[in-house]
Amino acid sequence: MTDVGPTPSQTVGPYLSLVLPWPDGPDVVAPATPGAVTISGRLTDGAGEPVPDGLIEIWQADPDGRFDHPDDPRGAHSYPGFRGFGRCPTDEHGQFAFRTLKPGALPDGGGGAEAPHLNVSVFARGLLHRVVTRIYFPDETAANAVDPAMRELSADAAELLTATERPDGSLRFDIRLQGDDETPFFEI
Amino acid sequence: MNEPVRPIAYRPDVKGTHPPLGFAGYRSTALRHPSKPLILLPQRLTEVTGPLFGAERVQPGDDDLTQFDGGEAVGQRIVVHGRLLDSDGCAVPNALIEVWQANAGGRYRHVNDQWPSPLDPHFAGLGRTVTDGDGHYRFTTIKPGAYPWKNHPNAWRPAHIHFSVFGQAFTQRLVTQMYFPDDPLFFQDPIFNSVPDEKARARLVSSYDHDVTTDHWALGFRFDVVLRGRAQTPFESEPDDD
Ligand SMILES: [Fe+3]
Repeated sequence: MTDVGPTPSQTVGPYLSLVLPWPDGPDVVAPATPGAVTISGRLTDGAGEPVPDGLIEIWQADPDGRFDHPDDPRGAHSYPGFRGFGRCPTDEHGQFAFRTLKPGALPDGGGGAEAPHLNVSVFARGLLHRVVTRIYFPDETAANAVDPAMRELSADAAELLTATERPDGSLRFDIRLQGDDETPFFEI
Repeated sequence: MNEPVRPIAYRPDVKGTHPPLGFAGYRSTALRHPSKPLILLPQRLTEVTGPLFGAERVQPGDDDLTQFDGGEAVGQRIVVHGRLLDSDGCAVPNALIEVWQANAGGRYRHVNDQWPSPLDPHFAGLGRTVTDGDGHYRFTTIKPGAYPWKNHPNAWRPAHIHFSVFGQAFTQRLVTQMYFPDDPLFFQDPIFNSVPDEKARARLVSSYDHDVTTDHWALGFRFDVVLRGRAQTPFESEPDDD
């Protein structure tokens, strides 16, 4: 094996919507899938203004806590109709929305469990590299409290990573790129 | 519980490879970069897995940007090819690559692009392809023009093609830009120059490839895209066999 230098990241710029949005991008599962949940929110900047030229991607386990991927040590596992991945451009109000299934808990590799979560990538003009965060679920208080990533965070940060439930049952998760209530972002 | 071993993680890229999130020369970063330090997230299953998109996302002809709406794009026809690798030199096969770019006059077919250079009725400026078993990919397109922007006085983006790749894991996701050799506009471009390490920055520049240049048809350029490689040792030293 030879050592090859990695390619640097560059911004998506203002015209990412030429190719990156897919018609079925926000549908991690098809419409009318039983148990589907909508997760939506707004991407805002350090002045609280919407970011209209951004793209949000999510990646998550299926409801059994499994991945359709050969590096899941339990073996690749497909869940019918479930893609695990979603991609949604932000609109002029900075809004995005996904339809998905709530993931199951995952073994954390150390004898414990990770709480159900979605991994999130944020791309935008003005972001020279994607930023990464996670969405946790409001009805998983006990699992969230012992999640290995959440455990390392302040109570405020843990709260910022937890979606909130709207009266209609959908989940809300806003992403604030900068500011006092900035979303916690991870280095992976 | 038979606890699965944690898979081998992807090692961090060498410091200086990627731009800082806040970079004063690129004004749009000012209000869009996190002000708090990033929190280290050890890689677990969600990070070492990822979507494996391939040929099912590509239509015939998606790798030829020169044909659109019943006609042929204006400009210098080029072939852009290369390999998708990880930093161990291993090929990333059967992987989706998405590209977008301005036309020969530097204009994007996008509602927000107001630069008064003409749109080309036969150039849409987007393409998709999938790497072969050796990680090789190839597009036919036209050389994009430079374009002005408002970042600083007399600011021009060097000619570039935007690339988006997934690799095989969430950690490998990469969006970048490919540039052309010897572009005179590099010196004043904060996006290109945001990459701290000079050698890393040079890897954003394609090389002219006369072996791919085709007589009376197109100029060839080579651009390899290199994603994060695996760490040499797993998190847990040996799998449990209990
Ligand atoms: Fe561009």
